[in-house]
Amino acid sequence: MTSVPADYATAKSGWWHRNQQSMTPLLLLLPGVLFFLFYVIFPIFQSFNLSFYEWDGLGERTFVGFYNYEELYWDDAFYVSLRNNLIWLLLYLLAIPAGLFIALFLNQTVVGIRLYKSLFFFPFVISQVVVGLVFSWFYDPTFGLLNEMLGFFGFDPINVLGDERYVTYGIIAAGLWPQTAYCMILYLTGLNAVDPEQIEAGRLDGAKGGKMLWYIILPQLRPATFIAFVVTIIGALRSFDLISVMTNGGPFGESRVLAFYMFEVALSEYGFRMGYGAAIAVVLFLIMLVYISFFLWKMARDERGA
Amino acid sequence: MRSMLKTTLAALATTAMIAVPAMAEGLTGDLKIFLDTSNPAPRATMEDMIARFQAKNPDLQIETTIIDREAYKTQIRNFLTANAPDVATWYAANRMKPYVDAGLFDDVSDLWKEDLFATKLAPSKAALTLDGKQWGVPYSFYQWGIYYRQDIYKELGLSEPKTFADMKSNCQKILDSGRKCFTIGTKFLWTAAGWFDYLNMRTNGFEFHIDLLQGNVPWTDDRVKATFANWRELIDMGAYVDNHTSYSWQEALPFMVKGEAAAYLMGNFAVAPLREAGLDDSKLDFYKFPVITEGVSDGEDAPMDTFHIPAQAKNKDNARAFLRYVADAENQTIINKQLGQLPVNADSSVADDKFLQEGSPMLNAADGVAQFFDRDAPAEMAKVAMDGFQKFMVKPDQLDRILNQLERARKRIYK
Repeated sequence: MTSVPADYATAKSGWWHRNQQSMTPLLLLLPGVLFFLFYVIFPIFQSFNLSFYEWDGLGERTFVGFYNYEELYWDDAFYVSLRNNLIWLLLYLLAIPAGLFIALFLNQTVVGIRLYKSLFFFPFVISQVVVGLVFSWFYDPTFGLLNEMLGFFGFDPINVLGDERYVTYGIIAAGLWPQTAYCMILYLTGLNAVDPEQIEAGRLDGAKGGKMLWYIILPQLRPATFIAFVVTIIGALRSFDLISVMTNGGPFGESRVLAFYMFEVALSEYGFRMGYGAAIAVVLFLIMLVYISFFLWKMARDERGA
Repeated sequence: MRSMLKTTLAALATTAMIAVPAMAEGLTGDLKIFLDTSNPAPRATMEDMIARFQAKNPDLQIETTIIDREAYKTQIRNFLTANAPDVATWYAANRMKPYVDAGLFDDVSDLWKEDLFATKLAPSKAALTLDGKQWGVPYSFYQWGIYYRQDIYKELGLSEPKTFADMKSNCQKILDSGRKCFTIGTKFLWTAAGWFDYLNMRTNGFEFHIDLLQGNVPWTDDRVKATFANWRELIDMGAYVDNHTSYSWQEALPFMVKGEAAAYLMGNFAVAPLREAGLDDSKLDFYKFPVITEGVSDGEDAPMDTFHIPAQAKNKDNARAFLRYVADAENQTIINKQLGQLPVNADSSVADDKFLQEGSPMLNAADGVAQFFDRDAPAEMAKVAMDGFQKFMVKPDQLDRILNQLERARKRIYK
């Protein structure tokens, strides 16, 4: 009874046994890939498809070709949202230099520095809804702190969230508060990894202040800058909660961005134009795609360089 | 934010045991009710009503789900298509059209042929009718009108205006005293639609208003422009509180409570928070929106709250029995007293409340009753138009641009 069982012998030389090494990672990836396909890739194509239909989400769909895009072309509200999206993209990037300077400022050994760091990080921890509420009270035209302060310096009160000229900037300012904190944390971890020998060498060569920052520190912070850039751009493009809480898109739709406008036409109380919403989503997706491909390209280039 | 609160059968059973099961009608089986009455007072009212219905039918298994009022507006689309209850609350007129068109509401024309509905609820029938059939049963409605600070009017020697000219001259005196004539918060847009409803109904009459909302008249029509011209007179006077785009309707209440604004065009639901804030009946009063054009038909806004049976309901007989109970005169007297609203059944009595007592005859005398802008017009049109109204209130010079936009939307929406 010492002979090896027949089925065990065949199993050993079987297909699975031979391909175990290459199959295991694929099998382990499978659940994640399936989820990604089902919840990300598939819906993207669904949105593309839906944007050619007129559908209220309940009844029959009617194929309308490019009609939804033609409507977009004539829709003033769409251009307002697009313009606001660009303003968001540009101004939101201010979070990166702001975060860097706070990080530089906090990167020292003083008693209680951990406490200061956590205080600066605090706005990122609280919910966007709370940030929105706090800022809408701050901006309140009748009782708000902002107008009290302006009044103290002799300026006329302004109604930030009720005036179409200021409203988008007002909301971006609120959004920058937590976003700056996020960039700060990224840079703080980056600063821990800065090589002291290089600083020493730079100092011997007479670098200090701005030059030291630009030529010695910043190049070493490139990974952190890269991540800060990516999260800030994406944060700007999907800005939604602050707008919803602070102005609900108003006054007369002047603070909408594409994501909010899409929600409004497709899913809000007065919406349910699914096809039109999908068309806006497609436009937003294409804008994101430009950024995503730029970053993928840059990442690939950097890795080859390294 | 989305609270899904369930009232368990156990809680209802205890209330039912206290009540005497006097006239047991003996329904059996299940009854699943979805409600959007999530505010405390309406919630208690509905729970009491269901408890009374339970007491009449001790063997009926009632399951009540109360959903947050705002969340309900989007959730209804899901629960009507999958896992439908037997009875659900919603609104009358065009607001039920998407669900009627999609075949998600049950045709309840059979109920409306019964004596109770045909005679006692007849005036509300039109609001529940689409395509010649009835799709729901109303349980309550309330008037709109101008709620004002009686003490301020007295101090300035003003009386309730009967005409637009009186309204404007009153307003000028109020402005001269350093106050605003009207408070309003247009952040969520619909409050501005209330002003449009009334100005348009008073300028052009009820039929024209409904015609316009049904898409039969271009928004660039001269009669529409006349409505906006009247509105503009008030805007140019500075009649409204400043910065109204920043406030919700609740956030606009303090202006009136503090006496910085003298009046508020609102639905009767504004009375409760104003009373709570300390305005008793000696300070708070009500008048009907004054006449603008002599001789046009007289319309009022009076939105109706309704119950419907989803097409996929499993216990439609029980649901119909429940709707009969909802329409019952005695029951409507009780629930509307608790809600502070008006009963729809003609045999019910109106609660002993100054505003309801004044509102009820006003609505009975009206030539037509509208459901409110965003219920009479299709949802898409309502959204575009209400954006335009808010913009007009801030930038009246852009009227032509706004009207052209509305007209383009009209051509697209009412194909």
